[in-house]
Amino acid sequence: MPSKEDLYQLFVEKAELVAAKVTSIASEDDALKYVINLCGEKEACQLLVSGCEADLSDKAEALCDTKQKKVIAAPGLNEDLYKKLAAQAKKAGFECIDKGMRDHLAGVDIGFTYAEYGIADTGTLMLDCPGEEMRLATMVSEFHVCVLPKSKIKANTYAVEKMMLTRMKKTPDYLAFITGPSRTADIERVLALGVHGPLELHILLLED
Amino acid sequence: MQKAHNLKEYREELHETLENDFLRTSLDNFAIAYRTNRANIFKDIDVRGLIQEVAASKDAAAQNSEALFKEFKKNAEAAGVHVHFAKDGEEANRIITKIAKDADCKKIVKSKSMTAEETLLNHDLEDAGIEVTETDLGEWIIQLRHEGPSHMVMPAIHLSRYQVGDLFTEVTGKKQDTEIEKLVKVARRELRQKYVEADMGISGANFAIAETGGIGIVTNEGNARLVTTLPRVHVALMGIDKLLPNLRDALRILKVLPRNATVQNLTSYVTWITGNNECLAAEDGKKEIHYVVLDNGRSELIKDPVFSQINRCVRCGACANVCPVYRLVGGHKMGHIYIGAIGLILTYFFHGKEKAKNLVQNCINCEACKDVCAGGIDLPRLIKEVHARIQDEDGHPLPSLLLGKVLRNRKLFHTLLRTAKWGQKPVAEKDGFIRHLPMIFSKEHKFRALPTIAETPFRDWWKENRPQVDNPKYRVALFSGCVQDFVYPEQMQAAVDVFAANGVAMEFPEKQSCCGLPVQMMGETKASRDVAAQNLRAFEPDAYDYIVTLCASCAAHLKHNYPKLVMDKPSLKLRADAFSAKIIDYSSFVNDVLKVEAKDFTQTGEKATYHAPCHLCRGLDVHEAPRQLIEKSGLEYVECAEEEVCCGFGGTFSMKFPELSAELLKKKLDNVEATGADTLLTDCPGCIMQLRGGLKRRGSKVQVKHVAEVMSKNKK
Ligand code: SF4
Ligand code: SF4
Repeated sequence: MPSKEDLYQLFVEKAELVAAKVTSIASEDDALKYVINLCGEKEACQLLVSGCEADLSDKAEALCDTKQKKVIAAPGLNEDLYKKLAAQAKKAGFECIDKGMRDHLAGVDIGFTYAEYGIADTGTLMLDCPGEEMRLATMVSEFHVCVLPKSKIKANTYAVEKMMLTRMKKTPDYLAFITGPSRTADIERVLALGVHGPLELHILLLED
Repeated sequence: MQKAHNLKEYREELHETLENDFLRTSLDNFAIAYRTNRANIFKDIDVRGLIQEVAASKDAAAQNSEALFKEFKKNAEAAGVHVHFAKDGEEANRIITKIAKDADCKKIVKSKSMTAEETLLNHDLEDAGIEVTETDLGEWIIQLRHEGPSHMVMPAIHLSRYQVGDLFTEVTGKKQDTEIEKLVKVARRELRQKYVEADMGISGANFAIAETGGIGIVTNEGNARLVTTLPRVHVALMGIDKLLPNLRDALRILKVLPRNATVQNLTSYVTWITGNNECLAAEDGKKEIHYVVLDNGRSELIKDPVFSQINRCVRCGACANVCPVYRLVGGHKMGHIYIGAIGLILTYFFHGKEKAKNLVQNCINCEACKDVCAGGIDLPRLIKEVHARIQDEDGHPLPSLLLGKVLRNRKLFHTLLRTAKWGQKPVAEKDGFIRHLPMIFSKEHKFRALPTIAETPFRDWWKENRPQVDNPKYRVALFSGCVQDFVYPEQMQAAVDVFAANGVAMEFPEKQSCCGLPVQMMGETKASRDVAAQNLRAFEPDAYDYIVTLCASCAAHLKHNYPKLVMDKPSLKLRADAFSAKIIDYSSFVNDVLKVEAKDFTQTGEKATYHAPCHLCRGLDVHEAPRQLIEKSGLEYVECAEEEVCCGFGGTFSMKFPELSAELLKKKLDNVEATGADTLLTDCPGCIMQLRGGLKRRGSKVQVKHVAEVMSKNKK
């Protein structure tokens, strides 16, 4: 059996291999600080390389125009944590939402979530998201920031099989393995990040 | 898509792709990168064991598919999903169109599904007046270009950034850059509004799990998550081959699938959907979900003793990634909808004989696909089997019939070869090559010189010169194969020399004939069986410790195919099992059994490189023995790039597709010459014929020899 520390190391190594940005944090407050900072630093609605200035068809452009303010979406957080986040976001001038994702399909800046488990041998996050808001928050955000408690890191997918089955049997269920940001190599086999989903995946490993 | 009506038209099409430099270069780069990266990603994994596990679990699922479907349906329905069964593609499309109409859906977003390509679903939906948008980037690109996929995993691998840039300029009505990052972002924005507008999402499924009634979808882009989340209706179309008893089996496949497909430990997203989950666009807040499970000939395939293993395919596309022929001609020419090795077979079953009949001949039998297949499917064998079936239905072409006839009659065959020796006199050069190509060859064959028939065949030499070995350590029977017997007897003689010096007593059963691989390759199953029976009768396996052959192709065919060929004749089958158990290739015998040592050879230190014959490295899984022998026999072995890639001979393949054979040979020889070695060694007379012929045409100084020849020469 690999030790907890080994699993943790392996997880970090594998996650970084697929372009996830991994940071260790000591508390949930650190996570909030991280999100607010990140949101402040990033340019609004900048799809990096090709930002709003890119030439889009008129229709696509119209969809983009629906977005006015930087948005942090954090559906599925526990109430206390969400309240804290919302307060800090407000202070910083960002909009913070925990529902209504369908009004933000042009994209939100940050989707903030909590993972159920981590899978070390592939650097994967396991997120159970039967609710639509959370699914969308992790998909239409430009950056996805996800907190993973260190104690929840398992060796491989076989080790999460039982947990998965428990969830799947409480139908309906919608469960995701997320490994690095969205990617494609469909044009000339060149790797490009963020084709439909997040351009960046930030994993905050919480000491617990 | 395959359009040619006959082999001639097909060859013309192939010719066009051979001239497409962009395609050629990208496929080359891809193939080379894939091989190294794959080796790395499987480094710490018992890949053979994993493949065996996948094969066993898929086989069990196939045998159980009816029960699995029932269980899957029951569980899915209990969780609020509608489950449909479609016996063929047409019915699947009808069901899906009806679902769309009933739910009043006008716009559909799709996430990539090979099964929907198989049924040509988009056509039917569009005919019904529904707008369908592919959201997988590669699929969207080829949809906009009205093309079919050219790779299972990377459907637009044949296009350059410039072509995509032009296409996107057209689509957006605004001039687009050709920078890939930017093009990808343009697609992201353009497609986002399609998701917003769509009322229905269609996906495939990689796994249909009976114990939960749920599905699993593997993607990198994340489009499957959006397609299954945003629209109020979700339809997943999947073949019955996706049914698995439990999650555990799916997780097992998930271990090999992304690694084999795109050389990733895991794709960015794996989505597990069970039951009708929440959807805020639906009136009752629940998504309307339908699973359409497609048969389309699969259940019949599962019952077929030879072809049932096709069910193991997990659609990783790896068989195309490693296929040297695919690498030359791309997916549009090596497949109809499904491409690559598996495509040649599936085309026959899903799209019919007419679409498959040319494709199926375009396999050189190098076994690279079999070696890499996630389900351990014996693809080359099945390809030949399809070829044979088509010929049985359509009638056999004359050359293949003739060759079959000749090979079944050993005496006639040998007489013909002896006569050919006289016939070639006027065109034979002293250096062992034919000066002009005989009339039956067209000019496409000019890429290599052909050897002359030897003055004295090995069988005649043997009668006069067989060595006397006292107190032998081993008794072996020699199997020469036709090329060494009649064209390169010196290779056999060299082996006899080494064997005699190492205390090996030898027999050369005179009634042996061609191993039969050439007729097997041409789809002449009957002839191939007859020849096998002849050879089996010629050898008394119990009388020898080993049956040694210097020809890798013969060895692999004798060892692996003979028992299968005589499967239906119990008495012969026993003999074939004993026979095949004794078959050993030259290098393994000399290195691993005789254990020769470097001190017995004069060390010259000359540089020699190596070509690994397909049927040795993959067919017999022999890798180290020949390389060790090269060093032991006194030479310095220098590794050649792509050493285990086919030289393009493939026996009858090089006759049928000379242009492809020439290209494969060119790559091989470029790599050989780049090593700077003066000698090229290998273990198969067919390869030697190809390599020597090609080097001669190039005017190269590199000498090609069988490993046995240097060993005999440098023996102290
Ligand atoms: S055997 Fe070789 S040539 Fe034939 S399909 Fe497989 S990889 Fe391609
Ligand atoms: S046949 Fe094998 S290698 Fe080819 S796609 Fe199927 S599983 Fe992959």
